[in-house]
Amino acid sequence: MTDNGLLSVEDVQVDLPTPRGNLRAVDRVNLRVGAGQTLGVVGESGCGKTMLSRAILQLLPKKAKLSGRVMFDGQDLLQLAPEKLRKLRGRSLAVVFQDPMTSLNPVLTIGTQLIETLQEHLELDDASATRRSVELLAAVGIPAPEQRLAQYPHQLSGGMRQRVAIAIALSCEPRLLIADEPTTALDVTIQAQILDLLAREQRRRHMAMILITHDLGVVAGRTDDVAVMYAGRVVERAPTPALFKKMRMPYTEALLAALPRLDTAPHTPLPAISGRPPDPTRPLQGCSFSPRCRYAAAGCHTEKPALTQAESPEHVYACFHPIGIHAEAGA
Amino acid sequence: MLQAVQANPNEPLLAVDDLVVEYPVGAKIVHAVSGVSLQIARGETLGLVGESGCGKSTLGRAVLQLRRPTSGRVLFDGHDLTTMQGDALRQMRRRVQLIFQDPIASLNPRRKIGDIVAEPLVIAGVKDAAEREKLVHEVMSAVGLDPSLVVGRLPHEFSGGQCQRICIARALILNPEFIVCDEPVSALDVSIRAQILNLLEEMKGRFGLTLLFIAHDLAVVKAVSDRVAVMYLGRLCEVGPSEQLFARPAHPYTALLIEAIPVPDPDVRPTETIPVGEPPSPIAPPSGCRFRTRCPRADQRCSDEIPELRAVAPGQLVACHHPLI
Ligand SMILES: Nc1ncnc2c1ncn2[C@@H]1O[C@H](COP(=O)(O)OP(=O)(O)OP(=O)(O)O)[C@@H](O)[C@H]1O
Ligand SMILES: Nc1ncnc2c1ncn2[C@@H]1O[C@H](COP(=O)(O)OP(=O)(O)O)[C@@H](O)[C@H]1O
Ligand code: SF4
Ligand code: SF4
Ligand SMILES: [Mg+2]
Ligand SMILES: [Mg+2]
Repeated sequence: MTDNGLLSVEDVQVDLPTPRGNLRAVDRVNLRVGAGQTLGVVGESGCGKTMLSRAILQLLPKKAKLSGRVMFDGQDLLQLAPEKLRKLRGRSLAVVFQDPMTSLNPVLTIGTQLIETLQEHLELDDASATRRSVELLAAVGIPAPEQRLAQYPHQLSGGMRQRVAIAIALSCEPRLLIADEPTTALDVTIQAQILDLLAREQRRRHMAMILITHDLGVVAGRTDDVAVMYAGRVVERAPTPALFKKMRMPYTEALLAALPRLDTAPHTPLPAISGRPPDPTRPLQGCSFSPRCRYAAAGCHTEKPALTQAESPEHVYACFHPIGIHAEAGA
Repeated sequence: MLQAVQANPNEPLLAVDDLVVEYPVGAKIVHAVSGVSLQIARGETLGLVGESGCGKSTLGRAVLQLRRPTSGRVLFDGHDLTTMQGDALRQMRRRVQLIFQDPIASLNPRRKIGDIVAEPLVIAGVKDAAEREKLVHEVMSAVGLDPSLVVGRLPHEFSGGQCQRICIARALILNPEFIVCDEPVSALDVSIRAQILNLLEEMKGRFGLTLLFIAHDLAVVKAVSDRVAVMYLGRLCEVGPSEQLFARPAHPYTALLIEAIPVPDPDVRPTETIPVGEPPSPIAPPSGCRFRTRCPRADQRCSDEIPELRAVAPGQLVACHHPLI
């Protein structure tokens, strides 16, 4: 990466008080994304992906404690006045959630929502805002966009709603788009269409994107870098080709191996990961993956591995016994 | 032909014949399943794939008579379930079970796990409490749960994967022959998904089960199925042996589904050629071939004539006027 980063997340930590005690949802995470680049963030549910994206956008639950720095285009978002931050969100920083209804208002028409967003951030009269809305809906693949302006979200399918949410997110030409599991609730065919759409719009706008997913298959062909999260931490981070060719962290390897693949014969037992992630309110003393790791040795249960550099500064992993052999895409 | 009474090992365990299921909504009709025929042999797993709303669950529920079909027949071990009532149907229901997509929602939150798993026994009239307890312990151990740690607790104390194990235990306790698995792993994370798929395979071998395995993920379906049926908007597009169907799909829709699967290999770049579009409404399905509004090969004949299932290769049937092979 030559770009030294449009967004840089530095030692970000999110703590949530719960009745069971403190829950560290995000544990000292460091990430960087340059303009025109896509970073994939992968991990199982509950590993902190959404809390991390909410920390970047400063949309955390009120009770959450946040520390670290989030540098966006040279300014620390954590130090920004609320008014400035609000302007930035929606304008330069946009987000698409897993459930499009999180960002759509059920009682307003699609048209009203698009036009309001456009007029809030850009100086546009009604006619130009309407014209722009129709263009945006057409760009995200909505048939008969003029007619859709008068419709409400509930009149659209899940895939169409996600397209509208993307149109709204893209409406003000953001410089960074965070897509938090944008296709997890959708069918494979609609998923492919939405991911294609995001890739196309990103290229066209030279936008930075963080693509959050639990599916390593989704990030493989569609990202420049990948960060794998486990129990709130980034446990491996690398340029995408390097990650798939030389994964170092046993968890990354296990995640990939557990995926059913079209090129294996039916009835082949899957290399499943035993057990499940640790309770986030009861952090382990050693490596969080140690109870499930097939390479775990004595030290793994008592000490936490720090992120270590592999053959290049871009490839880091947190493991005492990194995998030396090539994983060659699970073959 | 004489009505089959005794099990014939050469006959399919399940034969669905021209099944139609319609839901009235107001003055309109949802054509959820429109003339589906399929067979499943004893000990076989048939995978059923298709996009959301294409009628997979409706078909599964109609097979089990949880929803009575509008027309058509469902022969289980030679008996037509669609005409069965009362006691006869209840007897038959012991032999068939259903596992749902949302494991947590399908467990009663106020009942203890032990009671939930024992419930089918109670309904089936097993009165001896000690006998019930013994069976519950056996089946819990079989699905990888420690009975002594589990029976006294409530569903909310368990994760999605553990709840699915509990659902599988409940489905197995009456020693059924046939199970409809309706998206049993769709709600689970990758790591847990592999555990449950392995468990289903193991249980299938151990209990000699026959499965109808519903999913929308082709890779998941392939992992467990001997044959696969592809469904679109209430009709079957293609049926064939798993390996063969994925290696040489004959129906344009099967090919589209395969192309849409994300491949976990950075050297395989997505083609970005998936045609934009979604299935039309099952209230007014297109004439002729229902896939024609999204099909790159569609022509006039496709809107005039409904394509019938016909063989294109050994064991591979396709419903298309212009198949790919
Ligand atoms: N009780 C009902 N009343 C009216 N319409 C229904 C009912 N149940 C299902 N439908 C409709 O019938 C069609 C088939 O639904 P079904 O649930 O069988 O699809 P599916 O393939 O299982 O989808 P999914 O992948 O989302 O589970 C859909 O259009 C659905 O909206
Ligand atoms: N509003 C909240 N209050 C307390 N804990 C939460 C809240 N939202 C999420 N969490 C917890 O924070 C952790 C990370 O959650 P999340 O970021 O949503 O994970 P992911 O997006 O990777 O599935 C989980 O343990 C989750 O239960
Ligand atoms: S540190 Fe030890 S337990 Fe953790 S991933 Fe590495 S080998 Fe496994
Ligand atoms: S019958 Fe026609 S429209 Fe239908 S799948 Fe075949 S070519 Fe396409
Ligand atoms: Mg999330
Ligand atoms: Mg269903």
